[in-house]
Amino acid sequence: MTNLLLNIDAGTIDWSRAQFALTAIYHWLFVPLTLGLAVIMGIMETCYYRTKDKFWKDTAIFWQKLFGINFAMGVATGIILEFEFGTNWSNYSWFVGDIFGAPLAVEGIVAFFMESTFVAVMYFGWKKVSPGFHLASTWLTGLGATISAWWILVANAWMQYPVGCEFNPDTMRNEMVSFAEVALSPFAVSKFCHTVTSAWIIGGVFCVGVSCWYLMKKRETKMALESLKIGAWVGLVAAVLAAATGHKSAQDVAEVQPMKLAAMEALYNGGTDVGLTAVAWVSPFGQPDYENEESAPLKIEMPYALSFMATNDFHGYVPGINDILNGYTRPDGTRELSVDEKIQRGKMAIIALTEYRAAKADGADEATLNSLSSALQENMKYFGYGYIKDKSQVVPPIAVNFWAFRIMVGVGCLLILYFALLLVITHRIPFLTVFTRRLLATLGLIPETEADGNDITNLPAWHYWFAIALIPLAYIASESGWLVAEFGRQPWTIQDMLPTWVAVSDLQSGSVMLTFFLFLILFTTMLAVEINIMLKQIKKGPEL
Amino acid sequence: MTYEFLQHYWCFIVSLLGALLVFLLFVQGANSLVRSIGGNEEGRRLVINSTGRKWEFTFTTLVTFGGAFFASFPLFYSTSFGGAYWLWMIILFTFVLQAVSYEFQNKIGNILGPNTFQFFLVLNGIVGPLLLGGAVATFFEGSNFIIEKNNMIDFGAMTPIISRWANASHGLDALLNPWVLVFGFAVVFLARILGCLYVMNNVNDDDIRDRGRHSLLVNTVPFLILFVAYLVHLLLKDGYAYNAEGVIFMEPYKYLTNFLSMWYLLILLLIGVVLVLFGIGKTIVDKQFVSGIWPAGIGTVLTVLALLLCSAWNNTAYYPSTADLQSSLTLANSCSSEFTLRTMFYVSLLVPFVLAYIVYCWRAIDKKKLTKDELKTDHAY
Repeated sequence: MTNLLLNIDAGTIDWSRAQFALTAIYHWLFVPLTLGLAVIMGIMETCYYRTKDKFWKDTAIFWQKLFGINFAMGVATGIILEFEFGTNWSNYSWFVGDIFGAPLAVEGIVAFFMESTFVAVMYFGWKKVSPGFHLASTWLTGLGATISAWWILVANAWMQYPVGCEFNPDTMRNEMVSFAEVALSPFAVSKFCHTVTSAWIIGGVFCVGVSCWYLMKKRETKMALESLKIGAWVGLVAAVLAAATGHKSAQDVAEVQPMKLAAMEALYNGGTDVGLTAVAWVSPFGQPDYENEESAPLKIEMPYALSFMATNDFHGYVPGINDILNGYTRPDGTRELSVDEKIQRGKMAIIALTEYRAAKADGADEATLNSLSSALQENMKYFGYGYIKDKSQVVPPIAVNFWAFRIMVGVGCLLILYFALLLVITHRIPFLTVFTRRLLATLGLIPETEADGNDITNLPAWHYWFAIALIPLAYIASESGWLVAEFGRQPWTIQDMLPTWVAVSDLQSGSVMLTFFLFLILFTTMLAVEINIMLKQIKKGPEL
Repeated sequence: MTYEFLQHYWCFIVSLLGALLVFLLFVQGANSLVRSIGGNEEGRRLVINSTGRKWEFTFTTLVTFGGAFFASFPLFYSTSFGGAYWLWMIILFTFVLQAVSYEFQNKIGNILGPNTFQFFLVLNGIVGPLLLGGAVATFFEGSNFIIEKNNMIDFGAMTPIISRWANASHGLDALLNPWVLVFGFAVVFLARILGCLYVMNNVNDDDIRDRGRHSLLVNTVPFLILFVAYLVHLLLKDGYAYNAEGVIFMEPYKYLTNFLSMWYLLILLLIGVVLVLFGIGKTIVDKQFVSGIWPAGIGTVLTVLALLLCSAWNNTAYYPSTADLQSSLTLANSCSSEFTLRTMFYVSLLVPFVLAYIVYCWRAIDKKKLTKDELKTDHAY
């Protein structure tokens, strides 16, 4: 076993991880805006279809142009992601390809063609197809993108919570035994709902931010006001839904990835009646001393909240990092093995598999093979732990998880408040609007002279700048969500089944390093071009 | 449905996607000719806007081809993509450049300038078909890899990785094989031929059609020389066969034998070649004929489909190893489990529905040919 571990080039693993992370992070800069704007421009075109008012058509076309600029980059970065499973994670592709490949294939057949076919009609079909067909194409473009998200999130959820499969010692891989379990895994459902609603938030924030820029410049006022209302509604509904689905996602994590939850909370030692950490000092420069510290310093917590969040019970038991490492007893009396015990069981699984395959090659009889197979199945649950050298390897980077989670949740809460406030003002609800403005004036956030007004087109500039500043902030929150999801699973590519260092391809680290920098330069350059084009297009404005 | 049937069925689906991909390389072919058939700046924009309405089909077919290969033959996915790393990375790199080039090139705020993105389109137009063609040629010529599944559990193994490339070039070594280059360049010229035919059909502009006809002739000559040379080489070369026990061995004239024993593939190949030649010939001879893309396109699909199926059916190792014969991939030793193939079979029943709406939308957009006026009034790249 030692030989195996010593002979893997650590550089290859790190660069492969870095390259995949780079591609995923860049990809996720474009995908949420695609999903979010798809809803917004769909609503706008529906308004045109119902009213036949040219204003709505021009407005929809304007947002579709911005959608198109962003869409191309999402497509470009997406293709790399799919193929990187093969190019950089070759062992992974074989070991679980029987299960993991299916969602990717379905995504291609069902979603990508829908997206790419109808996006062409959306752009080039205004004068070539009926308004109804065009409207359907716009919605189908968004639907295609959303279905695509479904299947890729099914694949990702399976990496977090591998279900519907069995290990086959003859083929040396995991094989699917239930497509329904894979495709409809509760983990996948939660992940999809949370991810897609978070993408709609990005669409809402972007729409509101761009609209506020026009209001600040006192240009395109009608389009900006109508877009702002739609953006704020989409944003508010999405943010509330994201909060609800985020809670469900966190409960899923508590159940199947307790180490990730412990890292998110910097919970070194668990127990019952556990509080939710609001803030604490978790150094971003390295792994904290979780073995010796009772808890993270300067911790301020909400009593009982973590127990409730994880178990729906204020007194529920939540294991900490040390509990998971050393083993613990659940409230129902069952015992979770320590990591050292799991490592031993994992090694037993590998030895049993070696013996099984040797016996099979030697033509052993059925009874011998069945006996060896039973020994393997008994320990197969811990197979991945057989590749772990030291128990500290199964602790993910705590600081990244801790801070990324707080950024995501903090910005999410801020956005709910902001969208709600914006809607109160823009919809001129008599009592609430005046009340809100009075409150803001009392707090000194708007001038006293504006306190009784209800015109959003005439606010101080900082209001608009705040809305614009929310765009990068929302992106940071969205990316932070993925950091939690992926860093929290480390060191596993597939939870408890396959660590990263056994999943890689047989490549020289120099090759992967070179492609990493090539993609870094390419993506960064293209991002700079895209942002510049986007800004110029916004500055140019709609062709009303 | 037996397991064997499902393996052959999925080989057919993946081959069909591969054949459609080669047809859709007309986008790349036309882009590589943008200067010669576009003529001036206005003509170049017409060509780019013409292919710009189809590039996503090529892209999506490439992605779906990869996804379908992953789902049905994961050992190929892990061996070829992880092994021939540089070959695939260069292909992907050029496709990434292509994907953004359409949208960005003529937009205000494009800090790299339109020529940069037109260069990217030309680069993708040549390198993409060349390397994809080269990758297909390795199905007949072999690749330098070794597979050992016990590596994952072997204490003495160098690494726990199952599939390993046997040299440090990671796929670029394929380009040292002249026959791989012959096939690769044949695909380049085929893509250019299809590109000419597509643009002539899709753009209503006499100058572009005249230049396209001339370009068609110029590209047909090298294509025919290269294609015929490779076909003769293929039919005369030894192939990678396997017996009932799965033992792989070299068999003289294997691919010729395959075509003779699978006569329906031979008919498919012949019909395909005739259709391609008909599409080219009639377009060159008949000045009024601009629909050559359809017979030539269908012919391309049939020809490539026949070649790909010939590489895998009839007990043939479709991804042969030149480093270790027994590591070669066959349908049986590289496919997914029966359960997965069966499940994916039901998913594949959606393909006709997908094709139907693609055809419907394609016709809706293309029923009126692209003109210079349209670029001034409608959404344009």
